[in-house]
Amino acid sequence: MSNTSELDTRRLKREVLVRIIKAFMSDNFEENTRLIPYDMRPKGSEVPYRCCVYKERAVLRSRVIAGLGFSMEEDDERTLLSDFAKQALARKTPEPEPLTVLQNACKGCPSSKVFVTELCQNCVAKPCLKACNFGAISNNGKRSVIDSEKCKKCGLCMAACPYHAIVKTVVPCEEACPVGAIAKGEDGLAHIDKDKCISCGKCVSACPFGATHAKSQVIDVLSKIKQGKEVIAMFAPALVGHLPCSAEQFIEAFKKIGFSDVYEVAQGADTTIQVEAHDFAERLEQGAPFMTTSCCAAYNELVKKHLPEIKPYVSDAHTPLYYTAEIVKKEHPNAETVFISPCFAKRKEAQDNPNVDNVLNFEELGAILIAFGIEVDTCESKEYAFKSSKEARDFPLSGGVAKAVQAAWKGNPDDLKPTVINGLTKATVRDLKMYAKTGKCPLGNLIEVMSCEGGCIAGNAGLNTVKMALKKVTDYSAQSYSLKDDNK
Amino acid sequence: MEKIKVKICQGTTCFVMGGDTIKAMADALAEKYGDKIEIVPVRCLETCHESDSFSKAPYVFVDEEVVSAADLEKVINVIESKLK
Repeated sequence: MSNTSELDTRRLKREVLVRIIKAFMSDNFEENTRLIPYDMRPKGSEVPYRCCVYKERAVLRSRVIAGLGFSMEEDDERTLLSDFAKQALARKTPEPEPLTVLQNACKGCPSSKVFVTELCQNCVAKPCLKACNFGAISNNGKRSVIDSEKCKKCGLCMAACPYHAIVKTVVPCEEACPVGAIAKGEDGLAHIDKDKCISCGKCVSACPFGATHAKSQVIDVLSKIKQGKEVIAMFAPALVGHLPCSAEQFIEAFKKIGFSDVYEVAQGADTTIQVEAHDFAERLEQGAPFMTTSCCAAYNELVKKHLPEIKPYVSDAHTPLYYTAEIVKKEHPNAETVFISPCFAKRKEAQDNPNVDNVLNFEELGAILIAFGIEVDTCESKEYAFKSSKEARDFPLSGGVAKAVQAAWKGNPDDLKPTVINGLTKATVRDLKMYAKTGKCPLGNLIEVMSCEGGCIAGNAGLNTVKMALKKVTDYSAQSYSLKDDNK
Repeated sequence: MEKIKVKICQGTTCFVMGGDTIKAMADALAEKYGDKIEIVPVRCLETCHESDSFSKAPYVFVDEEVVSAADLEKVINVIESKLK
């Protein structure tokens, strides 16, 4: 997760968010927002990334627009940031698509191609020529050459070359997208096809220019708090791994921001587990060959947009967020609810659920804590009203959901064979397609699907390394009771 | 010889602005320098609280020297200069 180039773009995005929030807290939000690019790159300042200070400011302006929650695609480049700030305050509901591409930050990477480098030894055997099924490779007497018109980028020549002299260049966002939703347009820049996009956010992590952005809802949430509304935070269990304090300290930290109450989404996970175990039992009885889990928002979007054939195999259990939000709205009918999310895809789920009003991701929460000057490790520890099970608190780990259903399983232990799709990629999407088409999964009959490799603790808006987050989450869950003890 | 004290900030700002790399840094430094240095996790020392200074987090303190926007390379450079 934290290679250096990615860290640079993440730091930039976080700095912009903190500045937007500080501007919001100041006595002149609109003017101070307009000044953000100039404050970050004042006259005569260093030019760390782009060709000149003007380009730096132009890209920062775009980042501010996304931070205020707007699409870059519709920007006319003439509107002042102060006007965007005003519009953000007036907005009643967040924009529907969670992601946007900053066209001026996009490099317009060279198109993906396979080509022979100078490492070609012009060998006698020429396995590359024999490997190609499309007649795309020839030899010019000095080395092999590839005709890009004929090349299908299958990579067989790359595998055949004993010198590893053939390489494939990639466009990072296109390469990372599991569903082909982001691609270079005629202008050479990346565009997201919203009919295909599953909001998994892999392009956001992949782009080394930081050109894909989430549209933030920080202003929406902070406005509601400022207006004195009852605003309740519901945090994803992965958050435990992503702040430098204990889960018991979250309550006070959120209250310092102005939230009136805090719920663990693990509470809803305990319902998901029971419903899902029951669902699985019913399906087995009816002779279903397998069932997939249903809690990952990016996977649910994948099913809707690309894999309708697998829908009959997806569990009917709702997500932990769904059940938690239902409980919160029942207990606080007038409250505004905010889900604290490790990823971008949950924004999509929230839109379809009237019980979830807004979503903030961990990065945005982190930016709020900085702007408010809240030191989380000095917050007082408080107990949660509802104590979630160990399994519910382990939901954000790859394998955690399958293990939870297993722990709640009342049938013959041999009847439940868990398997995991640990990360959606082009390859795992193909696997799922095959399971649906053939009605068979050779690896097991309870398929846990998580879009992020490692689970939600590896969500693309995370603040910690996956390894550290894993340790914190499991240390926390170990303090709780296990569903297995109940079933004994 | 007295050990070089490397204070690594555990505060919220440093964590959010790149603390995940800082945690990994502690292990890497311990391995590289062994008992030549002493790694001390510290609470927020408020270096980040003045106006825009949050943007230069995470902070690491090598003895009394402040390393801003700290990464492994920068911290190693400062330690090396002290060891000379």
